[in-house]
Amino acid sequence: MAAERSNGTIVKVSGPLVVARGLSGSRMFEMVKVGELGLFGEIIEIRGDRYSVQVYEETEDIAPGQPVIPTGAPLSAELGPGLLKSIYDGVQRPLDKLMAGYGEFIVRGAAAPALDREKAWTFTPAVQEGEEVSGGDILGTVPETELIVHKVMVPPGISGRVESILAGNFTVEATVAVVVDGEGRRHPLSLLQRWPVRIPRPIASKLPPKRPLLTGQRIIDMLFPVAKGGTACVPGPFGSGKTVVQHQLAKWADADIVIFIGCGERGNEMTDVLLEFPELTDPKTGRPIMERTVLVANTSNMPVAAREASVFTGITMAEYYRDMGYSVALMADSTSRWAEAMREMSGRLEEMPGDEGYPAYLASRLAAFYERAGLAIALGRERRESSVTIIGAVSPAGGDLSEPVTQSTLRVTKVFWGLDDQLAFQRHFPAINWLTSYSLYQDVSDPWYDENIHPNWSRLRRQTMVILKKEADLQELVRLVGMDSLSPRDRLLMETARMVREDFLNQSAFDDIDTFTSLGKQALILDVILHFNREAEARLEHGQALSSLLDLPVMEEIARFKLTPEGEIEERAEALKQGITRALNGAAAKG
Amino acid sequence: MSTATAKEFRTIQNIVGPLVFVGGVKGIGYGEIAEIIMADGGIRRGKVLETQEDRALIQVFEGTSNLDPESVRVRFTAKGQEIGLSPDMVGRVFDGFGRLTDGGPAIIPEKYANINGVPMNPYARDFPNEFIQTGISTIDVLNPLVRGQKLPVFSGSGMPHNRMAAQIARQAATKKSGEKFGVVFAAMGITFEESNFFVEDFKRTGALERSVMFINLADDPAIERISIPRLALTAAEYLAYELGMHILVILTDMTNYCEALREISAARKEVPSRRGYPGYLYTDLSTIYERAGRLKGKDGSITQIPILTMPEDDKTHPVPDLTGYITEGQIILGRSFHAEGIYPPVDVLPSLSRLKDKGIGKGKTRADHAGVMNQLYSAYAKGKNCQELAVVLGESALTPLDIRYMEFARRFEAQFITQAEDENREIEDNLDLGWRLLGILPRTELKRIRPEFVEAHYVPAEAGK
Repeated sequence: MAAERSNGTIVKVSGPLVVARGLSGSRMFEMVKVGELGLFGEIIEIRGDRYSVQVYEETEDIAPGQPVIPTGAPLSAELGPGLLKSIYDGVQRPLDKLMAGYGEFIVRGAAAPALDREKAWTFTPAVQEGEEVSGGDILGTVPETELIVHKVMVPPGISGRVESILAGNFTVEATVAVVVDGEGRRHPLSLLQRWPVRIPRPIASKLPPKRPLLTGQRIIDMLFPVAKGGTACVPGPFGSGKTVVQHQLAKWADADIVIFIGCGERGNEMTDVLLEFPELTDPKTGRPIMERTVLVANTSNMPVAAREASVFTGITMAEYYRDMGYSVALMADSTSRWAEAMREMSGRLEEMPGDEGYPAYLASRLAAFYERAGLAIALGRERRESSVTIIGAVSPAGGDLSEPVTQSTLRVTKVFWGLDDQLAFQRHFPAINWLTSYSLYQDVSDPWYDENIHPNWSRLRRQTMVILKKEADLQELVRLVGMDSLSPRDRLLMETARMVREDFLNQSAFDDIDTFTSLGKQALILDVILHFNREAEARLEHGQALSSLLDLPVMEEIARFKLTPEGEIEERAEALKQGITRALNGAAAKG
Repeated sequence: MSTATAKEFRTIQNIVGPLVFVGGVKGIGYGEIAEIIMADGGIRRGKVLETQEDRALIQVFEGTSNLDPESVRVRFTAKGQEIGLSPDMVGRVFDGFGRLTDGGPAIIPEKYANINGVPMNPYARDFPNEFIQTGISTIDVLNPLVRGQKLPVFSGSGMPHNRMAAQIARQAATKKSGEKFGVVFAAMGITFEESNFFVEDFKRTGALERSVMFINLADDPAIERISIPRLALTAAEYLAYELGMHILVILTDMTNYCEALREISAARKEVPSRRGYPGYLYTDLSTIYERAGRLKGKDGSITQIPILTMPEDDKTHPVPDLTGYITEGQIILGRSFHAEGIYPPVDVLPSLSRLKDKGIGKGKTRADHAGVMNQLYSAYAKGKNCQELAVVLGESALTPLDIRYMEFARRFEAQFITQAEDENREIEDNLDLGWRLLGILPRTELKRIRPEFVEAHYVPAEAGK
């Protein structure tokens, strides 16, 4: 039985950390209101009578002697229709409402409910009175956006008989159904439910991933795919294009729902997302991608404790949509800033530091977060298989991958897209280094691609990797002894590798056509390049001079092939392959 | 202890570096400003860094030398550090506590504002996409600056970052007319000579009339450096968002700022992160840099050019590293260029403006800008590679194409990167210059430019020229 909660009194203020006394009855991770302004905070440590509270807002002017009032509830996210198209801060305050209510700057004590209390949604019941339901069962549906039907579920932990259920237009707080449990208690249910963000939402069972998440980014889909329900990390020094990679995935990944967490990053970048996403349309449905997106923006200058919470707020919303049966992709940019927020709070708590001042529990916190990803069977009698995929950016200090956040992340994620600033200097984007990156989902993705996209997909991938690996070896040799000492065959391989790099891997996020490449087109581009390689190699075997096979005008056509619109691609591919053969034959006649 | 002035105390317990611990206090607010009144009536100011039931920890701005715990009194003001704001600030010079130092008449503030500012709602931001012409080729063509951006200059000791910053401050303009410009200049721990260079340069060119200067010299208290950028940005926000001016903020030298922060952190015995800097350095820097931007529905803007010197020219040092993670790109100065006499010595390859794609193109600069930018970059990178190869293997090992690339890289450095300190190049001329250099390369090499632009602009260079 919960004891009576009593109000506390502040005894110490140190930045975002406030210590209070007299909060008996309050629990770990309970939300409290701090000071005369009633700033939101969360109890993160209890030592005897001293309760440490991390405050989600700037604590200037807060003084010892001011009150701390417990709320009785842990930090929770509001879940219900209206999440999509929203932009929240780290503790789920809607930024557009804050602007409307408080102006351009986020003043202290600003508050607004996460879900609009006025807006009415059309609820259509899916169960009837008298039916037995339990946690996860779908009570009914609400058309949330043109793209997404919101499924209103029985909250986990509640089961019983539906006493009443209504159809019609309701605000999120209105009761739409009443469930009576076995002990005769009545549970009124509305479209809105709350869930404590630090606790994973329950599922029926977890499954190993089955298919790749398609992104339209050639190097990712072809060489280093991430599975639906998998985890990936993108470390890279600044300027290597982490954020652009994250944005591209948020725009083009074939997930039903995208949750984008801007965690301690640049304000202008979030603005870019805010202005750009409503303009972009989903290639499959033609609807604005905002209709399937939730944004969480806690920029670097916003309070650090709210940054710590932002990742949990995001993943909880992701799990909620997963429970409805949707595949969800969550991008966190950047988890390093999250880890730094933990470090800052840990320092203020005077905890014994681990590596580089990070708390000793850094690795376990990171692992617990990434474990919330996965392919799962949701709770509920109607079988729903759905996934949360997590793609976390990491910003290693000084670009040094040996630092604790990167290392702890690598231990739990299965895909590594290593960004390389040398590639970025050469304006090769995405600057994912093909030699150091890896994906452990290839055994999942290869059979899927071969069956669904192109019968030769896995063969193309392997050949491409062999060419790139060999090029790297040969480059070492060239550096020592020069290009002339290579055999014609090796020089042809170098040329093919160059084409793979420049004409396939290099992909512009800012070109209207190049920004997204369908899987079929990806296979065809590689097919064309490898066709050239095969044909030229055959002619080398027949003793033709290498110089006659390179510098052909047709190579420019290969280079521009990736800019062919999707509709014309198959036709062009066939024509181009014939063109290559003709050009090589012509070269043979001249040579 | 006097109780008449409710919050005045004589109970200093410890003095450690810039920190003073006061006991026997009650209800002191975090972040409050405290006045330390010395026996001779002199006043020093400080800020509350931590407050407990009966104890407060104060960071003293003017330093703690000469403080005698027995004789001084501490008065708490019950409010945070503020600065008085007025349109008359323009053209004036202030110190690290926001006091006038130019000997001119006092200013009557129209309002006071807390210098820590309030985070801008990301939703209220307007995206920076207005091109600022600085007249410097390496910036305008390759790393375009846009209004509301924060683009730092990573330099090293002994390099001409100040001259370059002054050149930018002089020449920066947009393609529109009739707008109000201003420069807010914040100097942290720079030498008298460096500061004098800016003051004189601003006077000579008339820039002073539209500038607000905040100056903390190398021999001023290090602790004041913590406030300087915040004072400057609070003034900038007032000028930009309330008076509708376009403000360029120059912060120099951020490395000195970070060192002051480290000094306080060490005095507080905090767990250090890399190189002794505090773990919250990133967050702290972001509260400065993120104050650049534009707001929806407001005319003004704040563009920041922070300058920092990289210790040992090391880009992975925490100060440049964390700065790079917050700012939208970086202009890196290269020591070898400087040694060769190239001005401005912008190391083109690692320099980057993240917002480059937003401010250029048709209607902003010119339609071919993006292509030219990418092509110049990749051609120069390739040219440099060929030069390295030539050093190892000799020029004879290079193909004729490689030699053309080398020639390109050489002329690029001599004609494109290099320019005079008073040379203000128009963007169109800059792009044409880029095309002239690309003429050295065969047409087939221009893969990063759309064919229609190659058609319109490409002219092969005559042999031997």
